[in-house]
Amino acid sequence: MRVAMLCSRIRVEEKLLRDALVHRGIEVEIVDDRELTMTLAHPLRRWDAVLERSISQTRGLAITRVLESWGVPTVNTHDVTATCASKLDTSAALEASGVPTPDTALAFSPEAAVQAAEDLGYPVVLKPVTGSWGRLLARINDRDSAEALFEHKALLGGPEHSVFYLQRHVDKPGRDIRAFVVGDDVICAIYRESDHWVTNTARGARTRDCPIDATLRQMSLRAAAAVGGGVLAIDLLEDRDRLLVSEVNATMEFKNSIDVTGVDIPGRVADHVREVVRGVPVAIGA
Amino acid sequence: MCPECDAPVPLEDGVGRGEVVTCPECNAELEVVGLDPARFVVAPPEEVDWGE
Repeated sequence: MRVAMLCSRIRVEEKLLRDALVHRGIEVEIVDDRELTMTLAHPLRRWDAVLERSISQTRGLAITRVLESWGVPTVNTHDVTATCASKLDTSAALEASGVPTPDTALAFSPEAAVQAAEDLGYPVVLKPVTGSWGRLLARINDRDSAEALFEHKALLGGPEHSVFYLQRHVDKPGRDIRAFVVGDDVICAIYRESDHWVTNTARGARTRDCPIDATLRQMSLRAAAAVGGGVLAIDLLEDRDRLLVSEVNATMEFKNSIDVTGVDIPGRVADHVREVVRGVPVAIGA
Repeated sequence: MCPECDAPVPLEDGVGRGEVVTCPECNAELEVVGLDPARFVVAPPEEVDWGE
């Protein structure tokens, strides 16, 4: 069995995944997405599957699209990765599946965005449609801030600033929850704790094991199913007595979650990849 | 050698191509592009589409 791991950079996660695959007798080829060339009429068929770990979502999406056209299985699939790479697509998928998520609004001009923020009620959170690691998140507390921020965003230009994606701010208790889903199982979950309202570990949040109760399990599996299933990290917010799914990540980072949960996350991912190669029907979420 | 400051950059055992190390002299983030001999380039800055 020969699996390619598509990478832009070899981080701790990629080394752990490589070792887990090798430990299972799988031959692993590390493929640097910056060096890869793909001629569409000449499929590369030397891999039984490709584990997509590109740090660049653009490159990862392009490459998985071509691989799938060649019949090469990818983890995650192109469609799942595309849905998760766009917060708008994720929100639409969650809403369509009835998964509770923060109230979300879209607007396409600064003026309309102010109206959307007023309709949601302050504070609201402005997010880039594509982006990760808590980058470019802005909490907007009032109309003055909204008008200034939206004007600046419009002046920056470019298609990424032409869509205003807003969510009602959830007054979470100094933490959020990240649940790790592999196939039809929630393998572990962590709290991400921070004094800052942005609780990404990339922004310094601390991690702690989070017990998986029936509600968290069900919500995580429903969110995974909503985007198409696979190997996913589900971000959830505690909104008083209920959970809201805020994001779903398709190329999850987990180095800070292994020790605190005691779960062999790379091993579980490697098992999933092996099942995909073997053609074992992969259950999707709930 | 660090391409930023010319300082020698030690490579720990197990470090491979594609990994990022930090120059002990100038703290530049360096990507390992060769192992024998060790070669480095300045790691590319974070781009807007990078993430999970």
